[in-house]
Amino acid sequence: MNFWHFLMANRQQVLELTIEHITLAGIATLLAAVVGIPLGILITRVRALNKPVLGGANVIQTIPSLALFGFLLPAPWIGERAGRLAILALALYALLPLIRNTYAGIRSVDPAVVEAGRAMGLTDRQLLFQVELPLASGVIVAGLRIAAVVTIGLATIAAAIGAGGLGEFIFRGLAMVNNQVILAGAVPAAALALVVDFALGVVERRLGTLRVG
Amino acid sequence: MLVLLGRSGSGKTTTLKLINALLMPTEGAVWVNGEKTSEWDAIRLRRSIGYVIQEGGLFPHFTVERNIGLVPRIDGWEQERVHERVREVLSTVGLNEELAARYPSELSGGQRQRVGVARALAADPSILILDEAFGALDPITRSEMQKEFRELQQRMRKTVVFVTHDLREALLLGDRIALLEEGRLVVNLPAAEFERSQDPLVRAYMEAFTGIPETRKRA
Repeated sequence: MNFWHFLMANRQQVLELTIEHITLAGIATLLAAVVGIPLGILITRVRALNKPVLGGANVIQTIPSLALFGFLLPAPWIGERAGRLAILALALYALLPLIRNTYAGIRSVDPAVVEAGRAMGLTDRQLLFQVELPLASGVIVAGLRIAAVVTIGLATIAAAIGAGGLGEFIFRGLAMVNNQVILAGAVPAAALALVVDFALGVVERRLGTLRVG
Repeated sequence: MLVLLGRSGSGKTTTLKLINALLMPTEGAVWVNGEKTSEWDAIRLRRSIGYVIQEGGLFPHFTVERNIGLVPRIDGWEQERVHERVREVLSTVGLNEELAARYPSELSGGQRQRVGVARALAADPSILILDEAFGALDPITRSEMQKEFRELQQRMRKTVVFVTHDLREALLLGDRIALLEEGRLVVNLPAAEFERSQDPLVRAYMEAFTGIPETRKRA
């Protein structure tokens, strides 16, 4: 039985696991964006937080992913369900590119433009939402793109703790020493990452041209 | 119109920032429209002062219309009124209405500078401050802008503080010229008297710009 036959024969399950995979990675990326983008903004305002926040996010990246799942296991509520655990761990990994790109994006806005806005009487809030964030949006979306692609890849490991996703096939294939089964998980996961990368790349370019006019 | 003249680092821009409360004096007080800048609500003060910088300092992600209409819009003007005002100030600075829909990157340097002036005029401030406003323009456009700005000022009669390091510009535009050097005020004279001043630094400026030392001219 070759790979395609396996895929077609199990298409129902492939579809289910793909949807599970998208859900895991999607919620995790969203969660990371909701936390990471404001954190990135915060460290442009409060310089003292810059090093601890970026350092913290860096440290998280260095923890091996399987170990992170293990660390979070004893946590109350989170540890009860594999899905919650996987989403939290994935979100933690996705934080760094989001914080870093938000920070870098805002810092890269021409200081003369920000100064002009301030001199015209824009409040800090108006400056942020009308000038800094729109001008940084291309770089922020680039961060989101990295975060989403990394999360989709990493989400395959979630199957190790029983959270489902396309990693199920990979782990099952490894146990059965069956390449077709491994590919049935790996190929859709890679395809998913490529599609998301392409789509967010289009958004990024759109925002990029908006920046120069 | 007061022109602040001086070389880089002499304190011209710092003076402007003291006027619109981007900086606060460490000593003494700056009075604007009868109130100390420390007592003004900084946001309200800045909205009542038109501000122009080199290249216009336009927001690259806004159209000309949004750039010009920004202060009126955040001040809560109705959309229709903002729209009308944008058309009005565009014609004041000699620009075609059609440019309203363009982005700053689609304009020439001179047009951008005009939009910068239009934006400063939009909320009809009583005070205008310009920081090396025409500094980035080519000589011909620059001289056009200077002449137009002088005519504009003769019509508008606003309080204008104009920063430059160009003596010719200072003499052309200023009613009074204040010469700054290393953070100190050297002289503050009506333009005509400035030319005749015997202050050594003023003489040095005049010589630097005419290119011929006064002594040789006399000889």
